[in-house]
Amino acid sequence: MKKIEAIIQPFKLTEVKEALKDIGVDGMTVTEVRGHGRQKGHTEVYRGREYQVDLIPKVKLELVVAGDRSEAVIAAIVKSARTGKIGDGKIFVYDLGEAIRIRNDERGEAAL
Amino acid sequence: MKLARLSAAACAAASLLNAQSADAEIAKLKTAVAAAQSAGDNAWMLTSAALVLMMTGPGLALFYCGLVRKKNVLGTMMQSFIMMAVITLVWVAAGYSMVFGSGNPFVGGFEFAFLNGVGTAPNTDYAPTIPHLTFMVYQMMFAVISPALITGAFAERVKFNALLVYSVLWMFLVYFPVAHMIWGKGGFLNAYLGGSIPVFDFAGGIVVHVTTGISALVCALVIGPRKGYPSEPMMPHSLVLSFIGACLLWVGWFGFNAGSALAASGLAASAFVATHLGGAAGAVGWLVAEKLKIGRASALGGISGAVAGLATVTQGSGFVSPIIGAVYGLAGGLICFYVVTVIKHKFKYDDSLDAFGVHGIGGIIGATLTGVFATNTVNDALKLANGQPAPLGMVDGNTAQIGNQLAGAAIGVVIAVVGSYVALKVAGMVCGGLRLDPREETQGMDLAIHGEEGYNLEA
Repeated sequence: MKKIEAIIQPFKLTEVKEALKDIGVDGMTVTEVRGHGRQKGHTEVYRGREYQVDLIPKVKLELVVAGDRSEAVIAAIVKSARTGKIGDGKIFVYDLGEAIRIRNDERGEAAL
Repeated sequence: MKLARLSAAACAAASLLNAQSADAEIAKLKTAVAAAQSAGDNAWMLTSAALVLMMTGPGLALFYCGLVRKKNVLGTMMQSFIMMAVITLVWVAAGYSMVFGSGNPFVGGFEFAFLNGVGTAPNTDYAPTIPHLTFMVYQMMFAVISPALITGAFAERVKFNALLVYSVLWMFLVYFPVAHMIWGKGGFLNAYLGGSIPVFDFAGGIVVHVTTGISALVCALVIGPRKGYPSEPMMPHSLVLSFIGACLLWVGWFGFNAGSALAASGLAASAFVATHLGGAAGAVGWLVAEKLKIGRASALGGISGAVAGLATVTQGSGFVSPIIGAVYGLAGGLICFYVVTVIKHKFKYDDSLDAFGVHGIGGIIGATLTGVFATNTVNDALKLANGQPAPLGMVDGNTAQIGNQLAGAAIGVVIAVVGSYVALKVAGMVCGGLRLDPREETQGMDLAIHGEEGYNLEA
């Protein structure tokens, strides 16, 4: 099992969700987050006072898939989330030890 | 012959009877007309009173709470809301009487304390066509919003009990005397009812905006900046809330200014239009200045400019041609923008939500412009000895009025400075300091003072 964590542009969320649905992924968790990589922040001005904002709003998707499906999922996210500009985000992939369905204690891939 | 005499006598008797019934008829009509006018005026004045209350809550509460950080949202709203409760009680107990009772030139007496003698019969000194109670409750709403305006200067850092002690003392030391001097019978600055220096303040440019704005500056200086100001970012947490609040303020301002005609009259319509133009031109002025200086026209700039324009036009709203309202607004928008975005940062005081920069400066501009533009073609209530309307401002040929207006504003400034300083010192002594301790300030007013949160994750 792999856990895939993708940090993407907020306005790309719908496209990424559609792309994942198309390849049959049916579970995910989405969070609004703030952060930055190489993308520079921006300046906001309130009544003449400037604020440097370096933590930029992003969306984080978390999903867990069977090991052999991870490349297809990664490809779908990359394709749908890419604009080609700085700030498109990152994907992190982890090996996952265990998954448990709380309702009936199913374990492993059966719980996904 | 006999018959002719008899008929003449009969005619005379009949005409006498007719005349009597006509007099009765006229008296009846007069009563009916007065009742109709009173009904119309009373309806508008009760509506205006409600509009002005809406300016404090939710108007000002929302405007201010959106400008602070999340952790202080409820504490900030509460600083406005509590005035609706506490100042209301202070007003009926003593405030109304100390402003509108006839005492000496500087403060009113106690004849109306606890609403003694304030009933449905009009108080003919001030508003002959509406119930005395209506006049009292309308003026109450001005008293309520005034200390709430000041809270913008010391947002996010003051103890709740210190706020209450300061605000109540401030009413007695600053608001009641200044309001009496300008609006009360026999007041030192009352242009109509026996004052020494005639000052024209239609809806509280000096009484409300100068006193609160100057007091705000004193508070910002005495209390000191927020912990971490200006190095830490302190962005407004929700301009959406501020936007709603500012627009409610704008609407409520029609009650504030047009209501100050104290009747549903042509003068009310004139003040209404002047007020609206003030808000509109204020927004345009601030936005243009912002675009030129900073590069963007912002939502916060637009609403700040509208409030600045409205504060500026308040004083003259019922004395100047409606179109001049735009001049007030533009002046207020441009000058307040400069004070808030340049002067404040140069002098490094933390008037957190710009109560001084908007209300104090707007009020002083309004006082000056009223000396220039007040005219008896709009407001002819002030008469000369021969019954002709008195010349009001410079446009009527009364250049000296500019000096009178500035003298009135200066007296308001001095009383605000001294009164606020004393009130702060006493509040500090009574409450063991004015400020939250640093740990509480970091935690935020909502949890530290009120034990609750505005935005609850677990709910």
